[in-house]
Amino acid sequence: MSAAAAGSQGLWFVSRASGLVLLVLFSVVVVLGVAARTGAAPRHWPRFVFVELHRTLALFLIAFLALHVLTAILDPFVSIGWAATVLPFVSGYRTLAIGLGTLAVDLGGAVLLTSVARKRLGFRAWRAVHWLAYLAWPTALAHSLTAGNDLGIWWVVVIEWGCAAAVATAVLARLMAGIRHGPGSGTPAGQPSAAFERVTERVTERARTHR
Amino acid sequence: MTRGTDSRRPRAGQAADQLPRLLPADSGTGSSGLADHIDRYGPLRSAGLSRQRREALIDEVDRSGLTGRGGAGFPAARKLAAVAAGHAPIVVANGTEGEPASCKDKVLLARSPQLVLDGAVLAAEIAGASQAVIVVHHSVREVVDAAAAERTQAGADRVRIRVMTAADRFVAGEASAVVHWIEDGVPTPTRKPPRISERGLGGRPTLVHNVETLAHLALIARYGASWFRAVGTPAEPGSMLVTILGAVNQPCVCEIAIGTSLQEALGLAGGASARPQALLLGGYYGSWVDMAAAQAMPFSSEGLAFLGAGPGAGLIAALPQDACGLAETARVVRYLADESARQCGPCLFGLDAIARELQRLAEGRTSDLSLLRRWLGQAGGRGACSHPDGAAGLVRSALDVFKPELGQHAQGWCRGTRTANVLPVPPRRQP
Amino acid sequence: MTAGTRLLADPIACDGRGLCAEILPELITLDDWGFPVIRDGDVPGRLTAEAREAVRVCPKLALRLESPAKASPRP
Repeated sequence: MSAAAAGSQGLWFVSRASGLVLLVLFSVVVVLGVAARTGAAPRHWPRFVFVELHRTLALFLIAFLALHVLTAILDPFVSIGWAATVLPFVSGYRTLAIGLGTLAVDLGGAVLLTSVARKRLGFRAWRAVHWLAYLAWPTALAHSLTAGNDLGIWWVVVIEWGCAAAVATAVLARLMAGIRHGPGSGTPAGQPSAAFERVTERVTERARTHR
Repeated sequence: MTRGTDSRRPRAGQAADQLPRLLPADSGTGSSGLADHIDRYGPLRSAGLSRQRREALIDEVDRSGLTGRGGAGFPAARKLAAVAAGHAPIVVANGTEGEPASCKDKVLLARSPQLVLDGAVLAAEIAGASQAVIVVHHSVREVVDAAAAERTQAGADRVRIRVMTAADRFVAGEASAVVHWIEDGVPTPTRKPPRISERGLGGRPTLVHNVETLAHLALIARYGASWFRAVGTPAEPGSMLVTILGAVNQPCVCEIAIGTSLQEALGLAGGASARPQALLLGGYYGSWVDMAAAQAMPFSSEGLAFLGAGPGAGLIAALPQDACGLAETARVVRYLADESARQCGPCLFGLDAIARELQRLAEGRTSDLSLLRRWLGQAGGRGACSHPDGAAGLVRSALDVFKPELGQHAQGWCRGTRTANVLPVPPRRQP
Repeated sequence: MTAGTRLLADPIACDGRGLCAEILPELITLDDWGFPVIRDGDVPGRLTAEAREAVRVCPKLALRLESPAKASPRP
């Protein structure tokens, strides 16, 4: 094999591997985000752990994203072009598949940037953009299913299904927790979601019986 | 006569120590038209004040010692100066009076609307505002509309007057809630910072004054600080409107000099119909006081401080012997809890729990006083407005003054034999 | 951080999520409904980092640190 071909193979391998890691990371970030919001967590874990992990992993994700994108662009055997890093559906090579990836980066990038500037933007603006995460993830999944060549490998399929199952469960939990804001939509630390319970009644009775 | 005021001596009928000042002397129900108003008080030149004149007027108000008559008692001159320092301010005359037991603002607007409008326009001129919004209870909307129309026709005002009907909610009378109501039609308090004196209505510095405060302002501008101080106490000068109801022969709104004894005030309402057991002073954010301890006391902050009470929004409610103070308070607190703006957890949940526990106490069911006290302790300073603080203060004073009733209820009986309620509470809204 | 910094909550924004109390239990306890009760007074120097983290972690951006110059009462 020529050096260029070997180099290209190496780049392609790193791109695929980092892509898979990205999918797993992204899925974990989404699940952590939902866990932090709904408070559905193992009793001993404080909620701030989920928020901090959610943030940390999301930032970590950027490193892998850079790797994934750079190795794909720099690979001489496929013509994707630098523009495709931010503009969706302009790649010569597999326009739709790569375009989905670019779209996922655009959406995820918006979520990330607004989160970094959260204080300056204020809560409402930040939250409005953050909902895009629920759009970014399926776009990323669609990209991984169409752009990746590895669906023949059994454990890649397992990982894809695993991520999809985890995120689907998280989304279901989020929907069931309701999308209310305002007092009463949070939960006391370490308790199951109080979305459908009259917190006052429960707490008053609990306080009374603990005399 | 000091510089900076309209140099017109008060007419014979408006001597310095004569009351009433704000309300007409007769006990009718009509309002005085613009001509009669000028006849009684004299004209007030407020359009086109020079900067010197405006500063002199703020000085005069400062020297008069006028404080807000909406319940908070903040020095009026300071508020004026703060807003006057801002750019493109606006004035709001607050006649919402969300307190169901208090009628003084409604009566003032019904009987002396021109005086209030005088004050609103004057405040606007002093602060450099081009507009004054006056927010009034629906029952007096027509009267105020007519009064504003008369002024427009007379054409003496440079300031534009806009009349609005107030929202019919308890917390709607809070300053930021009024601004929120005018701007967005939502009568709920807003977060501070920013203060409304810096950024309020439309982002402009906003001066919100109770309508009674503005009425006093209109007279201080005419007759001066010394005239204003001729009644009242040195520390709390001037007169104030009070609503007297409950076990009195003629419930009414009267104007008294600050520092008048409670006994005398009750006399203005025809005297107590039977010797009351206790008085509720200030309003539904106020405090109960034992009748024996209070009747000789002056109605002023100073005079009532040691009883843990204050003049507040000017309510004096007499509780008759055959009523139960705990039951009355429980009813009021249930209303206050229902009237929460529901924006802050400590109020939404805390007041509701306090209301329920107090209801259990009042009904003689098993209740937990220590739990109630814990919740009362958590109610203060944790909301966007002072609604939970005020309600908690009322409950604390009830637990104090009606301590014997606590013991009676624990034993399963109650002194309350009357069927009619004493303190007015609007019917419960459908959730 | 200068002395005299206070930790304040915006009660309208606060949803009672409780993360602040997890990070800063020395200054913040939760009432019976999960809403924070912040101890009066300044934030002690040794807790400054935790206080900053609590401000950052709050999902509703309901906490803020206020220095005395900003908080001085003006008319």
